[in-house]
Amino acid sequence: MTVNPPLPWALAAEDLRVVRHKNEILKSISFTVKRGELVGLLGPSGSGKSTLMRSILGVQAITGGTIKALGERAGAPSLRNRIGYMAQSPAVYFDLTIEENLVYFAGVLELSRSEVSRVIDQVELAALANRIVSSLSGGEQIRVSLAIALLGSPPVLMLDEPTVGLDPLLRRDLWRTFEGLADRGTTVVVSSHVLDGAARCGRILLLRNGELLFDTTPGELLSATGAATYDEAFIRLIEGAR
Amino acid sequence: MSMRRTFLTTRRIVQQLRHDPRTVALLMLVPSALVGLLAWSLQKSPGSFNAVGPKLLGVFPLIVMFLVTSVTTLRERSVGTLERLLTLPLTKAEFVDGYALAFGLVAVAQSALVSTLSYTWFGLAHHGVPWRISVVALCAGLLGTAFGLALSALAHSEFQAVQFMPAFILPQLLLCGLVVPVNELPTALRYVADVLPMTAAVHAIAPLQSSEYYLGQVAIMVAYIIAALAVGAATLRRTTK
Repeated sequence: MTVNPPLPWALAAEDLRVVRHKNEILKSISFTVKRGELVGLLGPSGSGKSTLMRSILGVQAITGGTIKALGERAGAPSLRNRIGYMAQSPAVYFDLTIEENLVYFAGVLELSRSEVSRVIDQVELAALANRIVSSLSGGEQIRVSLAIALLGSPPVLMLDEPTVGLDPLLRRDLWRTFEGLADRGTTVVVSSHVLDGAARCGRILLLRNGELLFDTTPGELLSATGAATYDEAFIRLIEGAR
Repeated sequence: MSMRRTFLTTRRIVQQLRHDPRTVALLMLVPSALVGLLAWSLQKSPGSFNAVGPKLLGVFPLIVMFLVTSVTTLRERSVGTLERLLTLPLTKAEFVDGYALAFGLVAVAQSALVSTLSYTWFGLAHHGVPWRISVVALCAGLLGTAFGLALSALAHSEFQAVQFMPAFILPQLLLCGLVVPVNELPTALRYVADVLPMTAAVHAIAPLQSSEYYLGQVAIMVAYIIAALAVGAATLRRTTK
């Protein structure tokens, strides 16, 4: 009898279906993501991106199919300190300071204080560490939420629209951060309804109406559509499939 | 279950309160001001004040902590911090107990202030043993917190959560002996009143009673606290449909 080598997949979905309130949100989604990949999960609003992310986290009940992360069933207790998650709206305590937020979440994850300073530096909020979150700008609040997801350097990061509402400079810096994380072996899934970061992704998953329309590389996305820019390719794909 | 994560949660809730001095001031001063107002309005019949005053000391922590907890936990649900915590290694019991501990502490502080003022400045006749009142206030605060946690699962907005106050609290307020003595209620209502958590708080805080009776009423409250915390933890869902 041979022992199977561990699968290289960080994420694997097979025939994943989610029905909510009689609406089919995800229709038979299948894909695999290798460890260390930077994946852009793209699609218009309402295409099912957040539901797919929440299914991988295990917080969304699935109707059919399977979804696994790091070889385990999504939502397994052993995954709880191995997937960093950032929801679409910043899920942080608005009436605490940046540092108090991070100290609490780091404590829940049983991490040291030095990890708190590390992630605050990583999202470039060190100068504001003692500010109450509600007094920060929208972009700064998103970065606080991102910092919490980065605590403990989890092997998988699920980031739901982390660059929305940020200025171009900050967007570029964040995408560089994501690239750096992926280069060092972190699997990073970033959802977005704009394609500014698409070129940096090794993989593009394009969702529309709960269907996986495209599973490709950024280069192929351009050549397949004959578009000059990613935004144009996006529009052609979404409209063409109508 | 880790006590460390429970304490961390308690500390985080206390930090949130610390950043909100207006809420703290309201929590501390409103019950005291109400007892003061009652003392003033019953100035000509100190007997009535001595009959009603102690009961209020048992009722306030329950009402206030119920409201505060339902609104704060609902906020955790709507902002998404609860979902985030449940994707992390925090158990439902640690979350619920962290809340109970934080607001239990607030209830004790609140009752220490209101009972001190009542027995000194407002002239409430002193019969009881101070620690007995503190224990009842702690239990009443925990009751409010535990029921707030349990019922906040049923509310979909802070607006609905506030509506649970008249639905859950006011019937108990009518039956707990504050308006009509429990033994003068119609038989059917008396049976209901006898098993309500607020009645136990009012009975336990009444002056001049045997230790056995006092401990019995405290035991009823503790049983309710444990049951409501268990329901509160059970209504937290890691997955949504």
